Amino acid sequence: MVLVFAESPRGQFKKAAFEAVTFGKKLADQMGTSCAAIVLGAAQNAGELGRYGAARVLQVSADALNQIDSQVYAQVLAEAAKQLGASVVVLSHTSTGKTIAGRLAVRLDAGLVSGVNALPNAGGAALRVKKSVFSGKAIAEFDITSAVKVVSLMGNAVRPDASGNPVSAEALSIAPPAARVKVKEVKTQEGTVPLPEAEVVVSAGRGMKEPGNWGIVEDLASVLGATTACSRPVADSHWRPHHEHVGQTGIAIRPNLYIAIGISGAIQHLAGVNNSKTIVVINKDPEAPFFKAADYGVVGDLFEVVPKLTEAVKKFKAQQ
Amino acid sequence: MKLLVCISQTPDTTAKISFSADGKEFNAAGVQFIMNPYDEWYALVRACELKEALGGTVVVLNVGPAANDKTIRKALAIGADEAVRIDADPKSAGFVAKQIAEYARNEQFDIVFFGKETIDYNGSEVGAMAAEYLDLPYVSYASKLDVNGNLATLEREIEGGIEVLEVNTPFVLSAAKGMAEQRIPNMRGIMAANTKPLKVVPAVPYQENVVAAQFTLPPPKAGVKLVQPDQMDELVRLLHEEAKVI
Repeated sequence: MVLVFAESPRGQFKKAAFEAVTFGKKLADQMGTSCAAIVLGAAQNAGELGRYGAARVLQVSADALNQIDSQVYAQVLAEAAKQLGASVVVLSHTSTGKTIAGRLAVRLDAGLVSGVNALPNAGGAALRVKKSVFSGKAIAEFDITSAVKVVSLMGNAVRPDASGNPVSAEALSIAPPAARVKVKEVKTQEGTVPLPEAEVVVSAGRGMKEPGNWGIVEDLASVLGATTACSRPVADSHWRPHHEHVGQTGIAIRPNLYIAIGISGAIQHLAGVNNSKTIVVINKDPEAPFFKAADYGVVGDLFEVVPKLTEAVKKFKAQQ
Repeated sequence: MKLLVCISQTPDTTAKISFSADGKEFNAAGVQFIMNPYDEWYALVRACELKEALGGTVVVLNVGPAANDKTIRKALAIGADEAVRIDADPKSAGFVAKQIAEYARNEQFDIVFFGKETIDYNGSEVGAMAAEYLDLPYVSYASKLDVNGNLATLEREIEGGIEVLEVNTPFVLSAAKGMAEQRIPNMRGIMAANTKPLKVVPAVPYQENVVAAQFTLPPPKAGVKLVQPDQMDELVRLLHEEAKVI
């Protein structure tokens, strides 16, 4: 069977969990087996994971699981995988999944491929999985040859499919060990979709000239329901907060739509955004290297183009 | 403090990536290699800063062939005190993690540093695997680290926020932006690096369970479709009807 760890940060499932269960269900179908989801700690409506294809939803409840310690989580997940006889364990390639996946693979003596971005081919004895490598400059396929396999799924790689029915969550009793990492505080940025999860991102660079000009970027993001981002020089100059910095040193993202405004497109920037499905570049310099990586381009003064684009999106949304 | 920094060697960010004709192997010909930037800028520099403030030793460790010695010497020039190279041509994250753990097991390091991921295979796997082999706590994507006695306080980037964590040494971490600033080695450091010890140790056996089967280059972009600046309705139409992203 395929066991999917469905993350519930602060008690709530997010898109990553629905994507992982959808992926697990499709993989289980290929393998001619069933998909179960496992939830650690508190979660509202765990049975809802049935809609995404989990035939069973198992929940391990314990206070120790309401904060994430990689050792605790890996140990409980490994124990669950053994009890349930899982042959593949699926995690999300998130801050949580990245912390756990390697540990879990070692515990299960399993081969691990992280950041898988397409449905695997489960035809042979090995599981063949695909991922983006060399910061988006190549695609690799790996065969996982161990008896038990662990994969983590890249965000925005699979569209959640909620065509199934909810199930009743079953309690699974596994006693977690004591945590050795203590979470003292979580500072959250409320109000926007975090960049790694965002489907539309509006990003701006030095072409904005000064931080006071960001209103037009925020307006465009707002009509698109997008998250705002920025290039490295902008973050380094403290024009925008560091958590908005996308690129090789900042956050790597893969939205459906990335709109780059006044960003020249240095290779270090592209390394963090070139897995975006569609890229729109707005720049007054027709020689900006970003146009080579773009699907759509507008050569023009961003201070004129961006407000016009915002108006056009507004008009389009009003017609929908 | 005794600090271990695990460094990887990767193709330079700007390197053109290509593969053998059958797509089975990375083509290293003509490629310039560098220290993985996250290992260098964040993990190594922060470890050196801590040593300079609190005293102790920074050991750098690389799993790789003799050709990597140049990268290892650079780490010594930046400020590490000694180096270990585990002599092998690694084929997987699991192999590297196993080698690191076997070396570190009896060395009583207070903190084992990794970069958040390598810029070649982008796996973010080795740190967590090594931590499990060593049965040590692991904090990934740490953007801040302070140490007071045997208590470390860290910040860690999560989706939509920051976690503040406490953990006692010994532990393992992976370092992300914010941890430290890039440090350019000075002439004194470069000279000193040549005389610092670099120990070469043999690899231990490891049963591979992930095999690279095929590499391909992404399909070339169809080419940018330019839209006139006064035609934003047309751009929205294309994004809706052609790209289907809004």
